[in-house]
Amino acid sequence: MPEHDLVCFATRGFDSEPWSLDNYLSVGGYRAWQRVLDGELDRAAIIEQVKASGLRGRGGAGFPTGLKHSFMPREAPMQKYLVCNSDESEPGTCHDREILRLNPHSLIEGMAISAYAMGATVAYNYIRGEFIDEPVPRFEAALQEAYDAGWLGKDIRGSGIDVDIHTFVGAGAYICGEETGLLESLEGKPGKPRFKPPFPAQHGLYGAPTTINNTQSLASIPTIILKGPQWFVDVGVEGSSGTAIFSISGHVERPGNYELPLGIPFRKLLEIAGGMLGGRELKAVIPGGSSVPVMPAGNIIDATMDFDAIKAAGSSLGTGAVVVMDETTCMVGMLRRISRFYYAESCGQCTPCREGTGWLYRVLTRVMEGTGTHADLDMLVDVANKIEGHTICALGDAAAWPVQSFLKHFRHEFEYMIDHGGRSIVAAPDAAAA
Amino acid sequence: MSARAFTPELSAQVCAEIDRWVGKFPAGRQRSAVLAALHAVQHENGGYLTPELMNAVADYLEMPPIQVYEIATFYSMFETKPVGRHSISVCTNISCMLRGADDIVAHIENRLGIRTGESTPDGRFYLKQEEECLAACCGAPMMMVDHRYYENLTPAAVDEVLDGLD
Ligand SMILES: Cc1cc2nc3c(=O)[nH]c(=O)nc-3n(C[C@H](O)[C@H](O)[C@H](O)COP(=O)(O)O)c2cc1C
Ligand code: FES
Repeated sequence: MPEHDLVCFATRGFDSEPWSLDNYLSVGGYRAWQRVLDGELDRAAIIEQVKASGLRGRGGAGFPTGLKHSFMPREAPMQKYLVCNSDESEPGTCHDREILRLNPHSLIEGMAISAYAMGATVAYNYIRGEFIDEPVPRFEAALQEAYDAGWLGKDIRGSGIDVDIHTFVGAGAYICGEETGLLESLEGKPGKPRFKPPFPAQHGLYGAPTTINNTQSLASIPTIILKGPQWFVDVGVEGSSGTAIFSISGHVERPGNYELPLGIPFRKLLEIAGGMLGGRELKAVIPGGSSVPVMPAGNIIDATMDFDAIKAAGSSLGTGAVVVMDETTCMVGMLRRISRFYYAESCGQCTPCREGTGWLYRVLTRVMEGTGTHADLDMLVDVANKIEGHTICALGDAAAWPVQSFLKHFRHEFEYMIDHGGRSIVAAPDAAAA
Repeated sequence: MSARAFTPELSAQVCAEIDRWVGKFPAGRQRSAVLAALHAVQHENGGYLTPELMNAVADYLEMPPIQVYEIATFYSMFETKPVGRHSISVCTNISCMLRGADDIVAHIENRLGIRTGESTPDGRFYLKQEEECLAACCGAPMMMVDHRYYENLTPAAVDEVLDGLD
């Protein structure tokens, strides 16, 4: 039987086709939407409940979802849109794929409720292109089931409410996860982020008011309406309501997507993931996807996994992608791989990002090749500082934070490599002691 | 839509697929279907796009060809040069790197006798340079072969997948 405290993974316990409509209905699926269709909650009431639940966006920035929904001119007569961000491409993050594969109806119901609340009659789910083989057909089949069962369409179940949901499939570009890059892509253009303001709530898809939310954020909404905002508040901790799906990867015994209450101690999380791989020592954790600052073991081991606690400990909960690194990890190699990613994925619009990410990657490469100098380390931080805050979108910041944080906490590894002609500290003769 | 002249370079099947996508967007916004159109055309053409096919898509969606070329080169899933029949992308991003992705890449390079970014001379395999994390990090190391995901890879598991391809 399904475990009961699960929000997005409520159907996970079913052995056969957890994604089916029948299984979803049996765990209370579409009951929240039915209440809306019955006129029990109007637009303002839905938005108030989402606000009261304290739900914060799971796409990386943690922005309060109810507040975001309230920015839409919901009663204005023009066309408005809801767009779900299933572009999932922040390195380390893989929970939206699980929602699409295992519980697509929670997303469909969440999209329907949210679209109605904001006065949008049309919603798109932007799914990354690489998901074309399994998550896309699974989501499309669920959509078809929902249409056939009369949960979507025009004048749904005689309510006078119209909501149509369409799938959109991307084609490979991290930048399309940025919400205005995503809108450009949806319009059939290269995914180059837009200047803000105007914000999408005023000028979004095709110039119409639009809200973009992450898959997990939207999939959480039916449970919030069904069980009430207070239930959601009580599941989590102050400032971080509800559950979140932690994607735990790297050097743990049982990597996986675990839906757990926010505020869970990091130690407990590590235990749930089976502990450290091979019983080795923890060196560092990236707690929210590759963009957020790295945390040395000592800074995270006693922390709790919620927005405020991780911020206070010097990083960010980001997407809830927890990348665990043990004592054998070369931090220079990690940072170079991260920097290569941002260099490859920069859309090239802003000079600091386009040029700066290339500098970062090339300098890190020469450190690894044994031709780096100590001055290079200052240059890395200097370049990162010049990118941060100087670009149209946050990809620039995402490229800068790892560099700043790796050099802040693990500078000795970079210095060791420079002093030893490119040899990593973890390959040193006395590596275990290092 | 229906009044539009038939574009000979695109098959009836591809046209039907593009029309299905165009139907999801408001009137006059058919450009939104360009990614779907290029996916369909590339699939039918054995995994890559040609200038003629891109021109045909531009024509069909009433877009300037340059805008279609821009799309084809901006998005990593489109190939604008001939590539091997089976496309292999090994994720080497952080979670996969921590679980041995570089060894998986080396194994495939050795087995196929090519470097990342190349196709085998017999036109069977294309080992794509994949920069992105493919969002299966908890099943690291992983690869995508012809869009299918294979997780928790070992060299033996890779061999099994590749042996099964024509
Ligand atoms: C470079 C970049 C990539 C992003 N990628 C994603 C992504 O893959 N998925 C996602 O939901 N949000 C992503 N975001 C965040 C979105 O811009 C946006 O904040 C989010 O989708 C809003 O949803 P939420 O409020 O529900 O979290 C990205 C942001 C940046 C700057
Ligand atoms: S890091 Fe390889 S799938 Fe995410």
